[in-house]
Amino acid sequence: MIETRAEVLEKYQLVVGLEIHAQLITSSKAYSGAVNAYGDLPNANTCPLTLGHPGTLPRLNTAVVQHAVRLGLATNCSLTREMHFARKNYFYADLPKGYQITQDTTPICTEGHLTVKDADGNDKRIGITRIHIEEDAGKSIHDQDPFNTLVDLNRAGVPLLEIVSEPDIRSIEEAYNYLAEVRRLVRYLDICDGNMEEGSMRCDANVSVMLKGSKTLGNRCEVKNMNSLRNVQRAITYEMKRQIAIIEAGGTVEQQTRSFDAVNGTTFTLRGKEDAHDYRYFPEPDMQPLELSEEAVEKVKKAMPPLPRDLYKRYTEELGLSDYDAGILTESKPTALYYEEIIKYTENYKAAANKVIGEVKTYLNRTATRIEDFPVKPEKIAALIRLTDENKVSHSVASQQIFPLMPDNPDKDPEDLARENDLLQESDDNALEAMARKAVAAYPDKAEAYRKGNKGLLGLFMGEVMKLSDRKANPKMASDILKKILEE
Amino acid sequence: MKVDDALVDKLAKLAKLEFGPEERSAIRTDLGRMLDFAEQLNEVDTEGVAPLIHVNPEKNIFRPDEVSESLMQKEALQNAPDHDSYYFKVPKVVENPDKG
Repeated sequence: MIETRAEVLEKYQLVVGLEIHAQLITSSKAYSGAVNAYGDLPNANTCPLTLGHPGTLPRLNTAVVQHAVRLGLATNCSLTREMHFARKNYFYADLPKGYQITQDTTPICTEGHLTVKDADGNDKRIGITRIHIEEDAGKSIHDQDPFNTLVDLNRAGVPLLEIVSEPDIRSIEEAYNYLAEVRRLVRYLDICDGNMEEGSMRCDANVSVMLKGSKTLGNRCEVKNMNSLRNVQRAITYEMKRQIAIIEAGGTVEQQTRSFDAVNGTTFTLRGKEDAHDYRYFPEPDMQPLELSEEAVEKVKKAMPPLPRDLYKRYTEELGLSDYDAGILTESKPTALYYEEIIKYTENYKAAANKVIGEVKTYLNRTATRIEDFPVKPEKIAALIRLTDENKVSHSVASQQIFPLMPDNPDKDPEDLARENDLLQESDDNALEAMARKAVAAYPDKAEAYRKGNKGLLGLFMGEVMKLSDRKANPKMASDILKKILEE
Repeated sequence: MKVDDALVDKLAKLAKLEFGPEERSAIRTDLGRMLDFAEQLNEVDTEGVAPLIHVNPEKNIFRPDEVSESLMQKEALQNAPDHDSYYFKVPKVVENPDKG
């Protein structure tokens, strides 16, 4: 690892732009009817077009256009109305056609932005230069056979969206937050599963550094092969320090494509500027132009799921939740949807948030369960909240004694569970009054002291009532009755 | 545009082709003639004329997102010069190009 002193790092400004590839969730491939699925047997999902056989013609999958429009709307982009496709040419064994069908001069989305938190926790707008439709290449396996490279073409032709940011990112935290936000969005939109480990979402980082206050960007390096959010952070950190060390030693950063090595956290040269690819883009003659009509866009707009930022705004502004609570609830779509369901049955929004963030999350973490598989229906959580709201059980009984019974009895109403386990509070006036009188009678001197002004002694009598009631006395009622008796 | 050895070498590298000096000279001549032919188009004044990308006026030739034509694994592999039961086999390549 390169060691760079903090005061040296302080002199420099990091500048990052990210290119994200998102594999789209569709049944079939981008330009053919072959299966789009991950994890099938090698070469089980191909077709003549995937294999680059002569006499085949590509035809655009409608779902790809809809997914692209969804993402464009969610990232505040302008949508391009008239488009054509282009060929991106290079020769490699896992690209049988010899080109990818992509969009070059007419990307479907342009000039968008996302707002993310910067290193200090303030809102920062990151520009999105473009989003375009593309297809994936196949997969080459170099380490299974000593003499050959093995090629699996299941992935060839799988639809991708490439999301290119402006070089607006100024810190590692911003890079992380931006990437996490894009991942959260594609998951909310149901267009990509966002799984970086399996490669269904991939990220390349363009990294450069310059002296603070400078107007000229430094030479940039493109870093590839980072298969997790954490590795993107590590790679950018290393690359920043490497470039600063070169400049500090009086050298110049060479424009290069570099690869991240996750084992030791470094980057190494893949190729220099002189070996940069020349893709010789030209219009794809096999594809007719794409025209995005107002109706088509409207249709996608109507079917848009709620976006995390809209939910966040509603939770904080209309439901009165804290930023922290709203942040946790909207972190993942299934969690947000679960919360949305609960609040259809209760207006105690804060209690609903507490239940999800507290008891439910704790249970899910402890049992390694996904919220989608949580057996307790949101309706039952609302019923549990009602039980405390109506003073039928205390908060602690609800969370520590009733809630733990619910996953195993998902169909039972919490009130029935409380009754069966003898957990309902004693709310009967007569019974409570009898217990309160007994408690006061047990300590006549303390009752006298209370009457003389030592109001703190109420707690002692409350404790006595709780003991007498087996901890089931409704505390609010018990304390009211005690006060009444003591002041008689 | 002048077709010189440097250009031929660059194209050869991009196309992953190899050839000797004699072949290169022939290719240079051929390419030069092709370009000269195409350059006749430069005689036409195209100022202000939008490029014509497609002759056919059709737009939006879509396909519904349905699986229609997957090949069986065995069929997919059968025409390849070299393969095993699962994979196409090609000479070992180590450099990874840009994907996507």
